Amino acid sequence: MEFAELIKTATVESVLLSGAGLPPVRGTLCITSHHLLLSSRPGGDGAPGTVELWLLIRNVDAVEKRVQNLGWYQPPRTNSSQRDTRLAGSSGTITLRCKDLKVLQLEIPGMEECLNVASSIEALSSVDSVMMMYPFFYRPQDLRLEAGWHLFPLEQYYQQIATQTSQWRLSGVNRDFAACPTYPPAVIVPAAVDDEALRKAARFRQGGRFPVLSYYHQKNGTVMLRSSQPLTGPNRKRCREDELLLGTVLDEGERGFIIDTRSAQAAKQARMTGGGTEPKSSYPRWKRLHRPLERGRPLQESFIKLVDACNDTSLTMDRWLSRLESCRWLSHVKAALSTACLAAQCLDREEACVLVHGAEGTDTTLLVTALAQLILDPGCRTLAGFQGLLEREWIEAGHPFHLRCARSAYSHARLKQEAPLFLLFLDCVWQLGRQFPFSLEFGERLLLTLFDNAYASSYGTFLGNNEKERCLCKVKESTHSLWAWLNQPEEKRKYLNPLYSRNALVIWPSVEPQSIQLWQGLFFRWIRSSKYLDEAWAEIQRLVENDDTSVEESAGNRRSQSLSDTAAQTENER
Amino acid sequence: MEHITTPKVENVKLLDRYTNRKAANGTLYLTATHLIYVDASAEVRKETWILHHHIATVEKLPLTTAGCPLLIHCKNFHVAHFVIGQERDCHEVYTSLLKLSQPVKPEDLYAFSYNPKMSKDNREIGWKLIDLKVDYQRMGIPNDYWEITDANKDYEVCNTYPPEIVVPRAANKATVIGSSRFRSRGRIPVLSYLYKENNAAICRCSQPLSGFSARCLEDEQMLQAIREANPGSPFMYVVDTRPKLNAIANRAAGKGYENEDNYDNIRFKFIGIENIHVMRNSLQKLREVCETKSPSMSDFLTGLENSGWLRHIKAVMDAGVFLAKAVKDEKASVLVHCSDGWDRTAQVCSLASLLLDPFYRTFKGFMVLIEKEWIAMGHKFSHRCGHLDGDPKEVSPVFTQFIECVWQLMQQFPCTFEFNERFLLEIHDHVYSCQFGNFLGTCHKEREDLKIFEKTHSLWPFLLQKKQEFRNPLYRGFTAYKELQPNTLPFSFQFWCGMYNRFDKGMHPKQCVLDHLLSCMSQKMKLEDNASELENKLPFLDGPLPTEACSFPKMGSASKTPMLNTPQDYEGEPPPVLTNGTAVGDVEVMSDVDQKNKENLSKHQDPHDLKDAFGVLDSEAKDGKPQHP
Repeated sequence: MEFAELIKTATVESVLLSGAGLPPVRGTLCITSHHLLLSSRPGGDGAPGTVELWLLIRNVDAVEKRVQNLGWYQPPRTNSSQRDTRLAGSSGTITLRCKDLKVLQLEIPGMEECLNVASSIEALSSVDSVMMMYPFFYRPQDLRLEAGWHLFPLEQYYQQIATQTSQWRLSGVNRDFAACPTYPPAVIVPAAVDDEALRKAARFRQGGRFPVLSYYHQKNGTVMLRSSQPLTGPNRKRCREDELLLGTVLDEGERGFIIDTRSAQAAKQARMTGGGTEPKSSYPRWKRLHRPLERGRPLQESFIKLVDACNDTSLTMDRWLSRLESCRWLSHVKAALSTACLAAQCLDREEACVLVHGAEGTDTTLLVTALAQLILDPGCRTLAGFQGLLEREWIEAGHPFHLRCARSAYSHARLKQEAPLFLLFLDCVWQLGRQFPFSLEFGERLLLTLFDNAYASSYGTFLGNNEKERCLCKVKESTHSLWAWLNQPEEKRKYLNPLYSRNALVIWPSVEPQSIQLWQGLFFRWIRSSKYLDEAWAEIQRLVENDDTSVEESAGNRRSQSLSDTAAQTENER
Repeated sequence: MEHITTPKVENVKLLDRYTNRKAANGTLYLTATHLIYVDASAEVRKETWILHHHIATVEKLPLTTAGCPLLIHCKNFHVAHFVIGQERDCHEVYTSLLKLSQPVKPEDLYAFSYNPKMSKDNREIGWKLIDLKVDYQRMGIPNDYWEITDANKDYEVCNTYPPEIVVPRAANKATVIGSSRFRSRGRIPVLSYLYKENNAAICRCSQPLSGFSARCLEDEQMLQAIREANPGSPFMYVVDTRPKLNAIANRAAGKGYENEDNYDNIRFKFIGIENIHVMRNSLQKLREVCETKSPSMSDFLTGLENSGWLRHIKAVMDAGVFLAKAVKDEKASVLVHCSDGWDRTAQVCSLASLLLDPFYRTFKGFMVLIEKEWIAMGHKFSHRCGHLDGDPKEVSPVFTQFIECVWQLMQQFPCTFEFNERFLLEIHDHVYSCQFGNFLGTCHKEREDLKIFEKTHSLWPFLLQKKQEFRNPLYRGFTAYKELQPNTLPFSFQFWCGMYNRFDKGMHPKQCVLDHLLSCMSQKMKLEDNASELENKLPFLDGPLPTEACSFPKMGSASKTPMLNTPQDYEGEPPPVLTNGTAVGDVEVMSDVDQKNKENLSKHQDPHDLKDAFGVLDSEAKDGKPQHP
């Protein structure tokens, strides 16, 4: 396929760009294989040739066009070329609704040009082949292609665990993606279970996602595992190896919890289609807890409804609150946080091991395991630690980014497998950051950047659905890593939280409705001005940086407080 | 003290609204001013103090096996659920609290017995701290168009206005008197704020007694004089802040609104802010939403919507924004009224001033604003706050709404206010506490009759003294921002957890940015030359501090940051195997709350009262007799 075939009109003069809270600007519109560019005319409103828009076409979620005949249109008196006269009489407006939720308008002189531009953008933005995506063409000068790809090897994570216990091993059973196509080549499993048993257990789990270690809680040696649903089916099939695998995780007399992210009824119904859940009789030491979390289409619809309500500036207060309620987005945030807290509570308070799964084990499962780690482990709350967490629990763990983030909230296309699980995760992280403003090393800006890049990116990090696909497409060899770019000192600075001070404790958020807020920075990013809030952050930065002594001192105070807290907690646990 | 029959009750439980926490067990004391609960079950001594005047309702709930429950709702949104062992004790506490919380006689209000160690001179200087004349001077008044007149010195124009009012020079005595006869309760149009840049003014009054057709030449002259005091604009707005239907209904009672045909060049406009009864009911619904145990997100959002509370807040804000825009952008003067011109009018005028003038966003300016638009102009604090035993239908959260509007502005403009959220909460507390004279009575005349300027203290010097903890560390100074143009789309209004769930500390962010920044700032200020600070110091600070005897808590430092944090109930019904994560930690967080609460209410505690309180503790201790053998 040639991109050139899809581009019907490559340049259009005198296009008026407006939207996203910026003053309208007129310029020349260019369409390239991956970008939409608008540069203002020399002598126009902006400086000569200034690029006013540099939009990744992949970012376009929906294209809406409107053409009008303007009989009274007067061709410009100066520079009256043939082209201009031809334009007289018609024009069109294209509304571009982007995946990052911004809305742009292009007023294009000439009906034909308008329709051509619209269909070019539509065609280019619907290219679905991973290999044709921009990251494979993007070659920034100051980054090395291989940088950032191997920052967080699972081996390293395993080494940390190995210093504490010998009960776990790194298995290469999935080296060629044979056991489980959506798992990475290396997984951490109980040392007592051999690869052959793993292969058998894999056959008993949907998509081969047998239970693997997700998190090791250093404080008490408990672990969090994740998997997909067992294939018990209507005949209540069993699998010795799967039972053995889960059995070896628990010591003599210990009990564990299975957190199923489906309702008890849904889990039961799944048996009819070959799935199911762990029956008490075969897994006697595991107690099942059902915490239904929304995913798939209902979640995508919740996202669409919320964005729709946010963009409707004609709403009264009552209508707004009513639509905020009925879209249920905040309910999903609350449910996700509550379930993550429950998992964390089992590990930290009950000192029990936890297995998390839903159906496929690639969506709500990862939402819960990743959030629980953020709550429990201060290591995940640093900028590097958070990147490692995303790499481990979302990217390598096989969250199907390509399917889930193919379309955002505006698309008119028929929904396939889109669902904003990752956005829901980022929202929950934002809620944690709001409740614990000193405890995350990164700020809102990082979360926004991650959201943008998950849906449309110049980098290969979120490409594909799993490691196998990334391997086949040679993503790590042929594209740049988002982390390499983020971690450049100049970039990195922008994402740090000026108030950060390492907090060794578990951060238990409140999940009362009063404590959960709509993430305005994301949902209203292009709707409201953030000028005054940005100024406030600049002021915070200035206050904190100007006064190093005080920061150190207060950080010290917090640390000593933390110590006494730990004491209090230990005492409490006795 | 005559109302206290049972000064001490032992074995009282204090239930926590979080179901999974163990109830505290302790002793309840009644003093002349406070209900004090001392938790005996905790290792660290913890006290919960509730000021009698803060109590909105006391309810005795049906007897349970644990005892007799006593539910106390406070005006500052504190809710305390006690369980008292003996029905008789409970009843006595109940009847005492009913009387103590709503005295019949004004002399019984706390302010008349509150006696910090402060010299008479300093007390008097304190009352002079806010001088409205200085504010009018700041606006350039008197000038060619406006004058300060003592036409009301004997309250003959209007007994709910202060003696000195600002009216157009062109309006002579006859016009003033004539107009006053045509306005409800004589509340004639007077100046609230003059926008110096373009001479547009905000004026306020009550509704005209127009009925279906009545006219008043002097009133028409009065409005003409106001319009002509702003030569830059050919017209003026007359804004009726009531819903149109309400205003029309008033015509039948001989009241109503201005007929555009009778007044030259006015543009008449309704802004539908609901009346005090609607607002009272709305707050009641909001309270219920906030007190719901473990609500789902839908319950909460639906409840929030059904309460209508944020809709009303938005209506007030919209009106303030309309006024500010009319003055600044259209350069037109505005005359504002509602029915009596002391509720919605006060809200809207003070909000517009706050939007237009950065001075009102400073400590001093905000005090001036409250003094000018609320206290002096006769907002009936005593009735609206239910200070005394009276008509419950007169109670309404009009001032609370204003305070919330200011908070909403703070959320949108974090660097524009010199003070922080705590300052708003402190003022809100004291509007109800009756500890200071400022908010007693209903108008200036009544305060004179009550001799509050002779017998009580003013709140403002006490607040200024605690300026450090009320400071907004992000404030960028007086000149950084001029007029504010807030976004008034519905999403810009947030639920104010810090007010309505203020005592549910578990719901608030677990780490406090404000404390941290304040400590950064105080460090920084130490290093800076304090010359500019000295300028701001108040004359009375030259003398002894007014409350030397009281121990002021040290300004919140980062070390106070409650890092302590425990899991809450993360599921509707905890699985049987899971013990709920109840922790010593929870209790200590509570202790922090109670401590803070106590500090808030007892900072200016009269040493005598303290002695009383502890006297009770002591004598009971000496007695050594258990209350319930």
